[in-house]
Amino acid sequence: MLLDKTIQELHKGLVNKEFSVFDIVKECYDHIEQSQRKLNAFITVVDKDAALKQAMEKDKAISSSSLLYGIPFVLKDTYVSRGIRTTCASRVLGDFISPYNATVLQKLLDAGAILIGKMNMDAWGHGATSENTDFGPVRNPWDATRVAGGSSGGCAVAIAARMAVFAIGEDTGGSIRNPAAWCNITGLKVTYGRVSRYGCIAYASSFDTVGPMAKTAEDCAVILGVIAGKDPYDATSSSNDVPDYVNIMQTKKVKNVVIGISKEFYGDGLDSDIRQAIFDAQKVFKDMGVIIKDISMPLFDYGIPVYYLIGPSETSSNLARYDGVRYGNRRDYFTEETTRRIMMGTHALSTGYYDEYYRKAQKARTLFIKEYEKMLSVCDVVLMPVTPTHATKIGEFANDPLKNLLVDVYTVSQNPVGVPSLALPCGFSQSKLPIGMQIVGKMFSEDLLFALGHQYQSRTNWHTQKPSL
Amino acid sequence: MSKGTLSKEIIEHIAKLAKLNLSATQIEKFQPQLASVFGYISKIQTLKTNGVMETSQVTGLENVMRDDMVDEKRMLSQDEALRNAKRTHNGFFVVDAVLKEF
Repeated sequence: MLLDKTIQELHKGLVNKEFSVFDIVKECYDHIEQSQRKLNAFITVVDKDAALKQAMEKDKAISSSSLLYGIPFVLKDTYVSRGIRTTCASRVLGDFISPYNATVLQKLLDAGAILIGKMNMDAWGHGATSENTDFGPVRNPWDATRVAGGSSGGCAVAIAARMAVFAIGEDTGGSIRNPAAWCNITGLKVTYGRVSRYGCIAYASSFDTVGPMAKTAEDCAVILGVIAGKDPYDATSSSNDVPDYVNIMQTKKVKNVVIGISKEFYGDGLDSDIRQAIFDAQKVFKDMGVIIKDISMPLFDYGIPVYYLIGPSETSSNLARYDGVRYGNRRDYFTEETTRRIMMGTHALSTGYYDEYYRKAQKARTLFIKEYEKMLSVCDVVLMPVTPTHATKIGEFANDPLKNLLVDVYTVSQNPVGVPSLALPCGFSQSKLPIGMQIVGKMFSEDLLFALGHQYQSRTNWHTQKPSL
Repeated sequence: MSKGTLSKEIIEHIAKLAKLNLSATQIEKFQPQLASVFGYISKIQTLKTNGVMETSQVTGLENVMRDDMVDEKRMLSQDEALRNAKRTHNGFFVVDAVLKEF
């Protein structure tokens, strides 16, 4: 199957004329036709004939200008795209057609990549299960009675079910990493500002990050090299140089790199199979010459309160613009979960509660930044689980919003701080559900995360496992 | 009413601030849910933050400027700008009246 190959393998095959862009795109559509009805990963599938026609045009002038030339990909439906509807999984936007492209999309199109779909998700990024959507829940390809994770659930399913070569997700508090873990793929939450957010519909502006989701750390490195960098249209994008991630990933020595592990991560709430998988991963890292060191994260338990005060506050402000005047429908169309989050934020920002909630959380955010600085001064990266449990059953959390929030316990504390985190497969439960781990690094240390991830994946085969569909 | 308890009146007040038209049934439903969530996140009050500065963003950037020039690549025609609107009139957006006639 062509879609089992890495991006570099596909590129080599295209340049050597072993197969064509048409063949790759055709295989994506074959898999979409086979699995979409069951898994509900797409909100919009780009017209097949149009995509195949594009593929044939690319085949006429095979180019080695970019590794992504002729590679089919999908976008979380939070990125605006000219001429193709953008819904953010909400009936509030309805059939909104953007007059411009998100920067990340434009960069990929300029590199020669082919957009084939816009993916289902939790509306506005509000959720960890991709059930908070007006387009029906996304289903997990490993067990269709379970959720795919969220909020970038459709993206993760597209990769796991081989319906696209790579995806662009969006991570505000775990939205790339959580579905990556539950669907057995690799996903990167980038350093805040590493990739332009222009054209990415805002959830919580000071947390939102745009990042790659793919089969391997290597593929994520290829993609980040294309999408990272300063964008004049996003004033928060960083002007730091974009390193040659692929080259560094292959050559960087990881011997004597120090991985920190904190006892706070292994409390009672953690599933025993996940605990075991992370311990097993530590052994692999030790074999690579990496040093494992005990560290401490006393603030760990405050991650959820900080995130769920600041995130909803920012979203209540960002979503105030949806009034149905210039585009979209009225506010009555917000889902229950989105309504709750708008109300949480409105309350935290309101007169009489601002100091107690919002201001307090902004101060706690400073303490988290210091905590991470301290941890990452005694180790190079921190290793932790992505989720405390396996993918939940569809509908399991429908009447318990608090439980839904607690799924994010391992992934919410990085976004307020801004640090990058690579999520990758590290095992399966006894019932054959995927398990993920995340490696969290210093600001702009994506190169080291890729090196560790790539070298781990060259010693293990968790990431090559795929669901039978 | 002590702080930290989310009464029905507070829920109605929040909904009004957020311009959300909630039915009585929805208010009944959201009240215990939001109370339980705030009950959990109020744990933040136990954190000592005396003398700690607030953080609102992590870029380290300040006052990012651009030239005061029109970027024609980003300009929309009137037609493009109106294309997604449900209600337009003579090339303008139609909004509900906010002022009453005397």
